[in-house]
Amino acid sequence: MSAWIGLLIALVVIATAGWVFRFAGQTVTGNKPYFRDMSYGVAFGFALGVALLAWLVWSYYRSWAIPAGQPNPYFFLRIAIHGFILFAIAAFLFRLIGRYVGTGTSRKLFRSMPLTASFGILIVLVYALLAIFAPMLAPYGQEQVFAQANVVPGGDPTLGGNPDFPLGTDQIGRDILSRLIYGARNTVGIAFVTTIIAFLLGGTLGFLAATLGGWVDQVVGRTVDALMAIPALIFALLLITVASAWVQGSGLTVAMIFIMAVIDSTRVFRLARAVGVNIVVMDYIEAAKLRGEGLGYLIFREILPNATAPLLAEFGLRFCFVFLTISSLSFLGVGIQPPLADWGTMVRDMAPFINYAQFAPQIAAAPLLAAGAIALLTVAVNFVVDWMLHKSSGLKE
Amino acid sequence: MHPVLKIVIQRLLLGLLTLLAVSIIIFVAVNSLPGDFAQAILGQSATPEAVAAIRRDLGLDQPAVTRYFQWLGDMLTGNLGISFAQANFASFVGTSAESGSGPVTVAQQIAPRFENTMFLAGVTAVIAVPMSLTLGILAALFRNSVFDRTANIASLSAVSSPEFFLAYILILFLAVLHPILPSLSNIYEGMPFGERLYRTLLPALTLTLVVTAQMMRMTRAAIINLLASPYIEMARLKGISPMRVIVKHALPNALAPIINVIALNLAYLITGVVVVEVVFVYPGIGQLFVDSVKNRDIPVVQACCLIFAGAYILLNLMADVLSILSNPRLRHPK
Amino acid sequence: MSETDKPVLVEIKDIWIEGRSDEEWLPIINGASLTLRKGEVLGLIGESGAGKSTLGLAAMGYTRDGVRIKSGSVTFDGVDLIAASAATKRDLLGKRIAYVAQSAAASFNPAHKLIDQHVEAPVQHHVTSKSEATDDGIELYRRLRLPNPDEIGFRYPHQVSGGQLQRAMTAMAMSCRPDLIIFDEPTTALDVTTQIEVLAAIRDIVEQFDTAAIYITHDLAVVAQMADRIKVLLKGDEVEEADTRVMLESPKDDYTKSLWAVRSFERPAKPAPAVDATPVVSVQNITAAYGKLPVLHDVSFDIHAGRTVAVVGESGSGKSTTARVITGLLPQLEGVVEFKGEALPADYHKRDRMQLRQAQMIYQMADTALNPRKPIGEIIGRPVEFYMGLRGRKKRERVRELLNEIELEPDQFIDRLPSELSGGQKQRVGIARALAAEPEFIICDEVTSALDQLVAEGILRLLARLQDERGLSYMFITHDLATVNAIADEVVVMKDGRVVEQGPKADMFRPPHHPYTDLLLSSVPEMDPDWLTDLLAERGVENIGDAAVDKM
Repeated sequence: MSAWIGLLIALVVIATAGWVFRFAGQTVTGNKPYFRDMSYGVAFGFALGVALLAWLVWSYYRSWAIPAGQPNPYFFLRIAIHGFILFAIAAFLFRLIGRYVGTGTSRKLFRSMPLTASFGILIVLVYALLAIFAPMLAPYGQEQVFAQANVVPGGDPTLGGNPDFPLGTDQIGRDILSRLIYGARNTVGIAFVTTIIAFLLGGTLGFLAATLGGWVDQVVGRTVDALMAIPALIFALLLITVASAWVQGSGLTVAMIFIMAVIDSTRVFRLARAVGVNIVVMDYIEAAKLRGEGLGYLIFREILPNATAPLLAEFGLRFCFVFLTISSLSFLGVGIQPPLADWGTMVRDMAPFINYAQFAPQIAAAPLLAAGAIALLTVAVNFVVDWMLHKSSGLKE
Repeated sequence: MHPVLKIVIQRLLLGLLTLLAVSIIIFVAVNSLPGDFAQAILGQSATPEAVAAIRRDLGLDQPAVTRYFQWLGDMLTGNLGISFAQANFASFVGTSAESGSGPVTVAQQIAPRFENTMFLAGVTAVIAVPMSLTLGILAALFRNSVFDRTANIASLSAVSSPEFFLAYILILFLAVLHPILPSLSNIYEGMPFGERLYRTLLPALTLTLVVTAQMMRMTRAAIINLLASPYIEMARLKGISPMRVIVKHALPNALAPIINVIALNLAYLITGVVVVEVVFVYPGIGQLFVDSVKNRDIPVVQACCLIFAGAYILLNLMADVLSILSNPRLRHPK
Repeated sequence: MSETDKPVLVEIKDIWIEGRSDEEWLPIINGASLTLRKGEVLGLIGESGAGKSTLGLAAMGYTRDGVRIKSGSVTFDGVDLIAASAATKRDLLGKRIAYVAQSAAASFNPAHKLIDQHVEAPVQHHVTSKSEATDDGIELYRRLRLPNPDEIGFRYPHQVSGGQLQRAMTAMAMSCRPDLIIFDEPTTALDVTTQIEVLAAIRDIVEQFDTAAIYITHDLAVVAQMADRIKVLLKGDEVEEADTRVMLESPKDDYTKSLWAVRSFERPAKPAPAVDATPVVSVQNITAAYGKLPVLHDVSFDIHAGRTVAVVGESGSGKSTTARVITGLLPQLEGVVEFKGEALPADYHKRDRMQLRQAQMIYQMADTALNPRKPIGEIIGRPVEFYMGLRGRKKRERVRELLNEIELEPDQFIDRLPSELSGGQKQRVGIARALAAEPEFIICDEVTSALDQLVAEGILRLLARLQDERGLSYMFITHDLATVNAIADEVVVMKDGRVVEQGPKADMFRPPHHPYTDLLLSSVPEMDPDWLTDLLAERGVENIGDAAVDKM
């Protein structure tokens, strides 16, 4: 009950602060238009924002004030704040470098880039490097099992860690850091391959349907409509059940790649067709048709070059979707099969550790790291795509 | 006939057709399994005679088309079959299906879980819909402000995160570090409403995070799109107060896009529910589905799949029909 | 009466306006000033991108999103609109200053009835009660000669035609009897026969209530009918301002003079073709439909070598559909298209390369006619390679030759992308692409209607020169009779998918002819400021516009 009263008092205080802020602004600036025309909602918003910031600062302070060894409910908040600041600085530096290094076009791009987009590009680059050079970067193999199981992350022997395994080991004694790095290769790589197959399939069919129209368009379109009426994750689970009767282990992983590719290609088809139809009505396509050009020339030389920008943005979004769905499948235990290291599976295996968070925050960090690795990449890709879409829509005006 | 009625009936028929197509897809997928149900029930070591007996029992010796219509008829009358987990060889051979004391049917298994899932989805919708609409409209009105930018980054991050990540973050903060809510949603039949709500809150909040972010972004885009219309500029140039511009000029036209946004996201809940139910061990249809997938319990998988797809089609259909009804061009034909 | 006696209503002083584009602020208006007295109508003219609308809106103290007033002042009846609070401005807008937008169809809220939108301003500004405003609205509809004035207000916008909506919007602007109305290209989207009706209605009502107005348009002839004074804008700069008659008779600035001069281009008449000559293209009794919707009925006409046939008509008359039938994009149901006496297959898929090569097309929108991802050299080079089989150096040389012919410097343009060209240059590239096939017959589909007048004239001259040099035949689709007058040898008038009248140009511009042709011709505004007055006096308001069309 007292919590509710506290909340109510806080709200009243914030509401008053908003009013005072606006009034003070009007008085001090001599009724400048900005304060004169400010609605109360805006003033309240400012006050609320300041209150939230103050709460964050206070929590950050508390996280240091609690002595080590005692339960520290602010530990993860501190890590989050550190992470946020660190990423912001990294993104800022990356953008700064991009503004002075590189070709004219890339420098121009970096100059108008928001911080979120440069953060996104940086993260995507880091993941790509990790995925490509995983065997060189990872200290151990992904399937290597050590005698010491359940080593606590952090590498601090007093807390149950081991400097040889900076992020600890899992229940059967595999190095978590190595598995995380290999996970970049497996999880991201598989999602990437799946998206490419989906694009080849869906893109080809989409452009064909757009160019040919008529019954081809109708048949493919209706089939895709029916396939899309089943939610992707549900459909994937159904087909994997069927597939699991045929193949096991890594064969099932391959089956899952094709299942996801087919399911996702329906979404690609929709977009490719829509983009294609918009281009097909252009007069230059009509001119090419009347010239007597063949289908191949129309699709590859006239349509495709004009569809790259929307398709590229869509590729980012589809990749995120496939990546998240595959991670979810793995998390549910039917996606990427062991022994491949994979983030979704790691989260599922280590999830119970979260319950130790209050007394040993380091232990709880391990599953969150794997889940965070998934989230970080999709957030990054989405930031880049958002920027691309914003840019292309801005040019229309 | 009123043209709107005609269009609505067309859409309903189309929805029905889609459902039929989906049922065919599911049937074909399941029937492409090697061997058949009989083999699956009895295992590899069964004698050919036993398999043949069960095949006859289940009507598996009939041609595929006959079996499809039989299955479809069963589905429509609520006879979803018997789960493999319940039906073992003995129960098939020992007791006939009519004896009443037989195994629990799929329908009996699904019914209570379906109710639980609907409860979870309902709680989520009640929190998420008003919240996301408010946030989306605010972001559209104050676009490019600090609030809008923060909301954009936050919602984009939430949309991009896998459901289980959000779920564990919430568990971490709201169940472990600050034990306010239970991290396991072990609800059961006959539980008092308050208690049930309390235990459902954490999965519902997780889904809310996912859905709100998506819905808010879509609402914002729809409203911004609308505010750029010439008739909104016209209303402003008539000297009408900002509030009235929104309520009288923007809102009636925003109805269709907003209905669409809500329906799309409720449809999205269907997928989200699966993962979240597994994380919180919530006894819903999603968890049953995943368990059956792992056990290769075909009748259950098949039934769940049909239910999910049906709900998905229904929601999309509803969005379609409602936005047709809210379109003045169609409501008042020339 | 001397206009200068009246009190000043609006005064804009040295206003600078900027628009945001990709994080940068670019100038839209550079230090414009204007003074408008009570009851006076000022015409603002300029080509697209001149900043007319922005200046017009600035006179209301309003800027669109992404546009800002950098400096200068706007005073309305003593109120400083730039410094005024939002509430003060709201109190003026709709009540004392009203706005009529370009597209009435988009500017009426689709969710409300016309009359509900009409009464909103008077009720919200507490000018009159709702029932009074409704009665007044019906009265205004009557004065604006809308059909069924008692009922039309109770319809939804999509149930009313474009010309009627535009008049309903003028009525709405009048609802509070404002002191000033801004008309932002109110007739640009309308057909000529509809336009004249709206023009008459607007002028009538503005005079009756002695309302001051700013009339924004790109059409000189229109502004000559409507405005007391004219102000010319060019790329955000003021060019010239004078009384309408003074401006029409003796423009001072070179740019203004060039605008006036455009109308003078006219080709000498050619001798009639021999009676027994085989036409290059002969369209015979064509009937065609989109699905089940019939669009063409028994259309026939001939196009002879070296001559231009202009096909005129309003939107929906079937001009472009005829072109689609000739090119084979829309196979006809009945009739035949002959090329030099030989029937062409109806579907373009069935035509061979030589047949396809002979009929080339130039499009209205140069933006969509050129693939934005291909450099100019490739756009023109492809037909050279495809039809003539030239490759490598030979192809490049041929492309350079073609670029020279359309008066674009090859070195400068061959590697550019379409987005790096101006509208007129793009249209020239479109012409070059058609020429590259070395055809005998070219269809020009509204090729000048998206261009500013000076540029359009350049294109017309180029087309005329090419015709003389190569003996090309043109089918020239247009709705603009001035263009017809400039370039055509023969004219075909179409309405509702039928040929209403056809014959040599000289005959077409001389009565007597078909009533529809007559209406079409008489509806085209002329530069004479008394044209509309004279026409109304001669014909009466009942015999113009839609009313006249309906009578046929």
